[in-house]
Amino acid sequence: MSNWQRYRIAYFTIVIKEVLRFARIWVQTILPSAIMTSLYFLIFGALIGERIGEMDGYSYQSFIVPGLILMAVITNSYANTVSSFFQAKYQRHVEELIIAPVPNWIILGGYVTGGVARGLVVGAVVTGVTLYFANVGVKHPLLTILVVVLTSILFSLAGFINAVFAKSFDDISIIPTFVLTPLTYLGGVFYSISLLPAFWQKLSLANPVLYMINAFRYGILGVSDIRPETALLLIVGFILVLGSVALWLLHKGVGIKN
Amino acid sequence: MSHAIRLEQLKKTYANGTEALKGIDLQVEQGDFFALLGPNGAGKSTAIGILSSLVRKTSGRVEVFGHDLDREPQEVKRHIGLVPQDFNFNQWEPVEEIIINQAGYYGIPRRQAYGKTKRVLKELDLWGKRRAQARSLSGGMKRRLMIARALVHEPPLMILDEPTAGVDIEIRRSMWAFMEEINRAGTTIILTTHYLEEAENLCRSIAIIDDGRIVENSSMQALLHRLHRQAFLLTLRQPIQTLPGDAPVRLRIQDEYTLEAVLEQEQTLNSLFGWLNAQGMEVLSMRNKQNRLEQFFLDRVRKKKAEAA
Ligand SMILES: Nc1ncnc2c1ncn2[C@@H]1O[C@H](COP(=O)(O)OP(=O)(O)OP(=O)(O)O)[C@@H](O)[C@H]1O
Ligand SMILES: [Mg+2]
Repeated sequence: MSNWQRYRIAYFTIVIKEVLRFARIWVQTILPSAIMTSLYFLIFGALIGERIGEMDGYSYQSFIVPGLILMAVITNSYANTVSSFFQAKYQRHVEELIIAPVPNWIILGGYVTGGVARGLVVGAVVTGVTLYFANVGVKHPLLTILVVVLTSILFSLAGFINAVFAKSFDDISIIPTFVLTPLTYLGGVFYSISLLPAFWQKLSLANPVLYMINAFRYGILGVSDIRPETALLLIVGFILVLGSVALWLLHKGVGIKN
Repeated sequence: MSHAIRLEQLKKTYANGTEALKGIDLQVEQGDFFALLGPNGAGKSTAIGILSSLVRKTSGRVEVFGHDLDREPQEVKRHIGLVPQDFNFNQWEPVEEIIINQAGYYGIPRRQAYGKTKRVLKELDLWGKRRAQARSLSGGMKRRLMIARALVHEPPLMILDEPTAGVDIEIRRSMWAFMEEINRAGTTIILTTHYLEEAENLCRSIAIIDDGRIVENSSMQALLHRLHRQAFLLTLRQPIQTLPGDAPVRLRIQDEYTLEAVLEQEQTLNSLFGWLNAQGMEVLSMRNKQNRLEQFFLDRVRKKKAEAA
């Protein structure tokens, strides 16, 4: 058997293990996002949304659909790799992978695919919920899929790096709470930045999540505050940087080898 | 290529400055049953950690079945099955999945992995527990789970770091039988243990490591032969109060029915029994006061402490 075949088997083993892990605890991994999205729709869509009126030519209820879906994808991709890899370190079963002839890029690829799988599953569930509240078609299906997959890869990588550095359970919730949540909420999930004063508009452009949400909104609704090409380049650039960092950390054995 | 492992001047200094290994040279022949012994903190697990890629060496050379650890790390990994000292599986995963996954990491196709998993779980008497979460197993079962996991890719070298710690005597016996069996079938075994009797009975070669250095490395036979002193306990038919002073070996009354006899290397049991016969003392039974390897081990450590003092 060639090395490639062995590596392919190892890769799918990690992926299956990761998918089984979050599927087994679906009450913690999938349900919360579905409930949260339903609440957003109930409050912003049905109760407050009526009073807000249109945004970028869409009813408010429709306008927030892309942002809510992508927010769920971002949160869950990140949460999956950070908690799964940190647990593997904490319970030390990451050693099962280290002693086996598995190259680092396969380990990283396997965990990231697991994160993407959860991101997309939750994304699909949330989409199902939104269909119940708002009827929205997809303007550019290919772009939509590309953006959601790339964004999911990016945040799975970020979660993985967080797990590498984490030393305690606190360390895996600091970044999501103090960095990720503010960036997504301020990334235009609930509003178009054209509503903001000039200064805040400029500042918002420094937030990478804004680009992703807008590109995704462009894919679904055909409206965006920024050019989708810029967003794609930015996401790919981030993936390359974070991917290299993650591989380098694994190579150095940071947090996992003495 | 007749060596399973070759270590040359292997050194490890941990980040906190602890010098765990101070330059170890060691060779283990293919097919050997090798005991790596030493007191707590000697550096056994560190050496094993380096062999299995869990610990980074500071300097020195490691070769496993002719493959250099620095140049061909994946080849080295393929040849080793590791049973670590501490539990390191996912406590929430079912037993069966732990083994199947490990097989997958070694590149064994899933369908084959099922078959191999079934085989090792049956061999280690865990088949009935295959669907149980690992955390629900008893301590002894967890040890066997780690042995099964290490075996699933059929490595030519098994490294077992205190596999029998905290395991009851019946299961320990079955583990011994099992290790002997796979060794007979050609697997090289490196075993660490604090039960010296276990090492004496199972292993053909031995290295004693103390404070990061190899202080003894020979065949078990040669080592036991070098024992300069052995102590025996004799059970007597009649009680005795005092001993005649002309005994050919050192004797001590432990209690009125038990004599302790200490034989130096050149002294024989024949002379002792000849003398006991002459005294009209009948011996009902006799046993070693300490297991022989234990005696050697303690002598070695005492000698070192005395030198240090
Ligand atoms: N991660 C670590 N960081 C710092 N020092 C360590 C680490 N692991 C082990 N040591 C130190 O290295 C030395 C050797 O430890 P090691 O675990 O190799 O001993 P051992 O022979 O396996 O002992 P035992 O029989 O108790 O298992 C000890 O002084 C130990 O404290
Ligand atoms: Mg140890």
